[in-house]
Amino acid sequence: MIITNVENVPGKVIAEHYGLVSGSTVRAKHLGRDFMAGLKNIVGGELKGYTELLAESRAESVERMKTQARALGANAIINIRFSTSSVAQGASELYAYGTAVKLEDSNE
Amino acid sequence: MSESLEIMIQLLIPLALVLLGLLVGSYLERRHYVSIREREEATRHTPVVNLRKIQHEQPIHKSYLVTGSAVISVDYFKRLLAALRNIFGGRVVAYESLVDRARREAILRMKAKCPAANIIINLKIETSTISKQGRSGERSVGCVEAIAYGTAIHYQPWEQAG
Repeated sequence: MIITNVENVPGKVIAEHYGLVSGSTVRAKHLGRDFMAGLKNIVGGELKGYTELLAESRAESVERMKTQARALGANAIINIRFSTSSVAQGASELYAYGTAVKLEDSNE
Repeated sequence: MSESLEIMIQLLIPLALVLLGLLVGSYLERRHYVSIREREEATRHTPVVNLRKIQHEQPIHKSYLVTGSAVISVDYFKRLLAALRNIFGGRVVAYESLVDRARREAILRMKAKCPAANIIINLKIETSTISKQGRSGERSVGCVEAIAYGTAIHYQPWEQAG
């Protein structure tokens, strides 16, 4: 499955549109990570635990979006956007959305 | 006597934390900037643009989504500076560098995912916070997270294209 965040896939033509597909996850950090982050907060710098969490939830939401697209019979998702928001204290939502399409090789 | 000792302790602990934040925090920041500049120099051959379409002569071999993210935390000294700034208003330089570091780091990580790509187009950067200050004013972790994503493009080598 090809995923891009532009309106078309360079070198391919869009044969069919299947509409919007999306995936989202809400993740909370666990206490251990919170504690470590609290300590790291004194001196600043990167919070590795949170970076990991962010990467995991991004992968998860893309995976859910892909599953949805596959069910529709698409072979690519174009024009993907990510959006993050904090739902509650200590929990964040990562939302990914895009357009599912079927691609064909261009004859040019 | 014991009262004054108590006051001393109550004053000393935050002061020590602020001092620790100032010393270690500024050291970490300087080191991070050095590493950012080095890696930016090393990956200069892959341009990152936020255009949707590019002018290219070579046919495109493949394209795919690449992402990178970083979460950077503030230190106690910066928090104090920002709190002081809040009284008078104006630029909060301490936080500007924080956001700058997070974004540049995210872009660098995105680039690291596709070292062989010719160009990355349609770059988007998303910035947010995981945890905000609690409503009741309780201490929580202050940090910014940046996500950078774009479409990596590989051109077809000339021999194959011809």
